[in-house]
Amino acid sequence: MARFVVRRLIGMVAVLFAVSVLTFLVFNVIPNSDPAQRMAGRAAKPELIATINEEWGFEDPLPQQYLTMMGKVFSGDLVSYKGRENVEERIVEGIPATVSLCLGAAVIWLFFGILFGYLSAVRAGGLLDRGLTVLAVTGISMPVFWLAAIFLNYLTYKTEIFPSGEYVEFTTDPLEWANHLILPWITLAILYVGFYSRVLRSSMLDVMNEDYVRTARAKGLSERRVMSRHVMRNSLIPIVTLFGLDFGALLGGAILIEAIFSLNGVGQYAYESLQSLDLPPIMAIVLYGAFFVVLLNTLVDIAYAYLDPRIRLGTSAQ
Amino acid sequence: MAPESIAATGLAGAGPWRLGLRRLRSNRVALASLGLFALIVVFVLAAPLWADHVAETGPNKTHTLQKIEVDGEKRDVVNPEGKPIGPVWLGAGGKFFLGADSRLGRDEMVRLMYGGRTSLFIGIVSGLLTTALATLLALLSGYFRGWTDTVISRAMDVIWAFPVLLFAIALGLVLAVGGLQIGPLHLSGGSIWIPILIIGVVMVPYMARPIRGEVLSLREKEFVESAIAQGAGTVRIMFSEILPNLISTIIVFFTLNIAANMLLESALSFLGVGVQAPNASWGTMIATGNNLISSAPLLTIIPGTMILLTVLSLNVFGDGLRDALDPKSKVRFEAHSGLSAPEGSETIGGLTP
Repeated sequence: MARFVVRRLIGMVAVLFAVSVLTFLVFNVIPNSDPAQRMAGRAAKPELIATINEEWGFEDPLPQQYLTMMGKVFSGDLVSYKGRENVEERIVEGIPATVSLCLGAAVIWLFFGILFGYLSAVRAGGLLDRGLTVLAVTGISMPVFWLAAIFLNYLTYKTEIFPSGEYVEFTTDPLEWANHLILPWITLAILYVGFYSRVLRSSMLDVMNEDYVRTARAKGLSERRVMSRHVMRNSLIPIVTLFGLDFGALLGGAILIEAIFSLNGVGQYAYESLQSLDLPPIMAIVLYGAFFVVLLNTLVDIAYAYLDPRIRLGTSAQ
Repeated sequence: MAPESIAATGLAGAGPWRLGLRRLRSNRVALASLGLFALIVVFVLAAPLWADHVAETGPNKTHTLQKIEVDGEKRDVVNPEGKPIGPVWLGAGGKFFLGADSRLGRDEMVRLMYGGRTSLFIGIVSGLLTTALATLLALLSGYFRGWTDTVISRAMDVIWAFPVLLFAIALGLVLAVGGLQIGPLHLSGGSIWIPILIIGVVMVPYMARPIRGEVLSLREKEFVESAIAQGAGTVRIMFSEILPNLISTIIVFFTLNIAANMLLESALSFLGVGVQAPNASWGTMIATGNNLISSAPLLTIIPGTMILLTVLSLNVFGDGLRDALDPKSKVRFEAHSGLSAPEGSETIGGLTP
């Protein structure tokens, strides 16, 4: 087991390394992204560009530039090209909003996803199941930014039921914090509710056909006990896995939702930096986001290996 | 039941495809969504007809200072405050059926039809690209295993670890500004091939992983062993023994992948890093409409509804197709927001919010 964990952790570092190299290359090999030119402005004198190149080391060989940048990432000295802000500080500032958005949305989507999935599976083929399926597939098929824009128009601008996004610190006023986040929460959760309820439904239907469920019924357990002890427990496994990964991915910033509701989280910072092709913050945010994705991926793998010895000992290609 | 009566009911001798078709035909919901999708395709294909013969304008043609006659009354296409005319339906003989799109005074209906062409084209072509790449990589890594598999799987892991939308936006920004030069092939910044390439590549791991799993298990089947015993070469085993057994999975994935790709395209175009102005796509139309959402909400609602209907029809049809072709399938593919599942959890996803 220890060897397996070590192997996975090494793999994790390797993937993060590759992600950082790829990000760096995207912004350095592809033409027209000369940062000195952009920083100096359109009609800049060549001397100015030369000074900027000198100061930031843009003329250095690429591997050296990469190493310098990564050194700064780890020492926390990374500074953005635009406005010369400290990148780490901005990311840390954005974390409360992003985490609040993810946590609240996750509570909503888990609750309704599991509820709807359960009801659908128990009444499979019935009217309720069909209705919930229609809702779920519709939720999955919507562009999330579009839904957000429509919610904002009708629920905020027209009727003023909800305030327009904008993050309020929890410590400042917990009620306002929730009030400002409720619309982003709902918008984000709708997508996942559709998805999770469908995953749970199909996994419950699979489990309900298992022999051990029939055995449980045959030995006279109440329907309620069969459902909670035998069916739900096993059907929730894919949900737990999915949740780990989705939540990990979201912690890296929900770009569209944060941008539309101006939540000032990590996702919005990513979006702003992307618009000015500002490599240092993008690099830091990509690594920060990829870190959570890879970390949760690894944790899920390790949890599986712990539960199922075949994975750790065997021929699994992962 | 006696064998004769089985033959009499017509069940004997039906191959898996025919059985699949039969199952599909009895799935009314799937057929209805196929019908809806076909209607949408006809709608966007009719764009030049509507533009030339009814609206008499092009998708990018501006009418800022013009007046049109609606039910005998002269009206500005764009009023002095810059507000575009709303839907006039057939009041002007089909011109400005859905009104104008912005202060540029372009015909919303014509843009909706041409924009749909762009969105569908990007969705389908990038879907073909994803499917081709994913199938090839899955065949190689599942068949050769060993270090080929390690290299390909690790490369997939890297793309997988990227926040999908962030990666796509980064590529979109850099390429939309600079264009792309691959050998003799040059793509300028505004080319729709740039979003096609980006989406096609970004989505590959989501499809390659489950197909690879299938290749791994097919490879152990007796028919592959017998092909090896007959002296069949690697290429022949991969493409004429294993590939045909993957076709039903691939068709299902392709359908659902188009849906996921269209959602990603709309997000990229909405953020300004997909389809470039002045060209329309449903995503850029939402972005344009969103500027006027409080005074003219239809300009946002209509293109979004078109995306919703198209993606919905593809998702439902893809589901029905899977039930019909591969009723025992364990693999689920959804046009989904958020990252996705690891191997074995039966789910593969697409977008990020």
